[in-house]
Amino acid sequence: MTSTAFDIELPLLLEAVYRKYHYDFRGYAAASLKRRLTQAMERFGCRTLSQLQDRLLHEPALFPALLDFLTVQVSEMFRDPAYFRALREKVVPLLRTYPSLKIWVAGCSTGEEVYSMAILLQEEGLLERSLIYATDINAGALERAQSGIYDAARIGGFTENHRKSGARSSLSDYYTAAYGKAVFDKSLKTNIVFADHSLSTDSAFSEVQLVSCRNVLIYFDRGLQDRVLGLFRDSLCRKGFLGLGAKESLRFSTHSYAFSDFAVSDKIFQKEAS
Amino acid sequence: MTALTPATRAIEAVAIGASAGGVEVLSTLLSVLPAACRASFFIVIHIPRERPSLLPELFSSRCALPVREAEDKEPVQPGTVYFAPPDYHLLLDRGPVLALSSDEPVHFSRPSIDVLFDSAADIYGKHLLGLILTGANQDGAEGLAAVGRAGGCTVVQEPGGAAVPFLPEAALQEGPVDFVLSLAQLQSLFETWGMK
Repeated sequence: MTSTAFDIELPLLLEAVYRKYHYDFRGYAAASLKRRLTQAMERFGCRTLSQLQDRLLHEPALFPALLDFLTVQVSEMFRDPAYFRALREKVVPLLRTYPSLKIWVAGCSTGEEVYSMAILLQEEGLLERSLIYATDINAGALERAQSGIYDAARIGGFTENHRKSGARSSLSDYYTAAYGKAVFDKSLKTNIVFADHSLSTDSAFSEVQLVSCRNVLIYFDRGLQDRVLGLFRDSLCRKGFLGLGAKESLRFSTHSYAFSDFAVSDKIFQKEAS
Repeated sequence: MTALTPATRAIEAVAIGASAGGVEVLSTLLSVLPAACRASFFIVIHIPRERPSLLPELFSSRCALPVREAEDKEPVQPGTVYFAPPDYHLLLDRGPVLALSSDEPVHFSRPSIDVLFDSAADIYGKHLLGLILTGANQDGAEGLAAVGRAGGCTVVQEPGGAAVPFLPEAALQEGPVDFVLSLAQLQSLFETWGMK
């Protein structure tokens, strides 16, 4: 395999982003990063990655738009309903035994997963005594998450997923539809803290009983995956739970020893006692 | 063009894309692969989103090579057939390792053939063979051109014999293709894989 100009330019651009804006994408998986940066080059009218780097270093106003390319904001409510069903049926009974709960939705992007979690906890009567940390590195995405407003056209899919997750109520109980938008109930947000947090550079900030981090690790290389799984291990209480995306696993991580399988086909793991 | 079919001995990896009608063709081709084949096969086939995919299981019993659903960060093994999981893009990354992504669909498709072919072309260059089979969507045409630009071998199923000719035709329009093969020619190519 020979190095193309792109292969040389990519780490240089990521280094520039890190030094100038303190966002660290150096541990991101290269193949999908390359795809998204190629789209960014088209969007900003740059022929090469070096041109994009030049503009980034000298036009700070460009960076928030580039961040939308570097981070992935593809999500839906109750994605993989079986995961939420497993949380409901297998994890919630154990969560009930705690007098108060802290839950971390890591890499929450535009919030679909966070509201799914809040609704599930509400249905199970646990939301009142829960605190959900919803973190992401993309301030724009966090703002959208905080607004709790989604295109009404997406609600049909969300409703179907919610139903399949073993819903105890109707999704329509939680939003108001108007002007092509669905606005989720403010009361859901009372127990959610939205915060800027980087899995690449920040550390653990609280002890939690459940970490849900789905379809985030696939964008990281193995080194960064290890860092993040170490962060989750340090954040989880003894016997705490870790939920990953449907195609993510601990198999290739050095931290796999710290977790045991809990609901293996639904990608829910439990931190070992020791 | 001198040879009728490509020489496969130096091919390390094969990327295959198909949509409508693809399961039947793949079933024919994978069932004749010799057990001694050392190439790695990566396959994207557009099927309705479901979970879990039954394809690896379906083909396991008919293929002499191990057939698996791709897992994220899994090191690529020689002589193995990997299917993209439903609702994820499959990419190749340095190592080579398999990589999955949840990025937006491309040409309404996730997994997308273009995404697989582009990334595989980056990793394998001239040691890659890209194969486009029957299909009703243009996803894959650009990817095959990328395989060609990286020095890889490009093969398209003859549109006339394909269940749905749209994808093979789109691939032929996108750029020059090394080989256009009938199903029978593809079958004999797979039967003798790695032997010439």
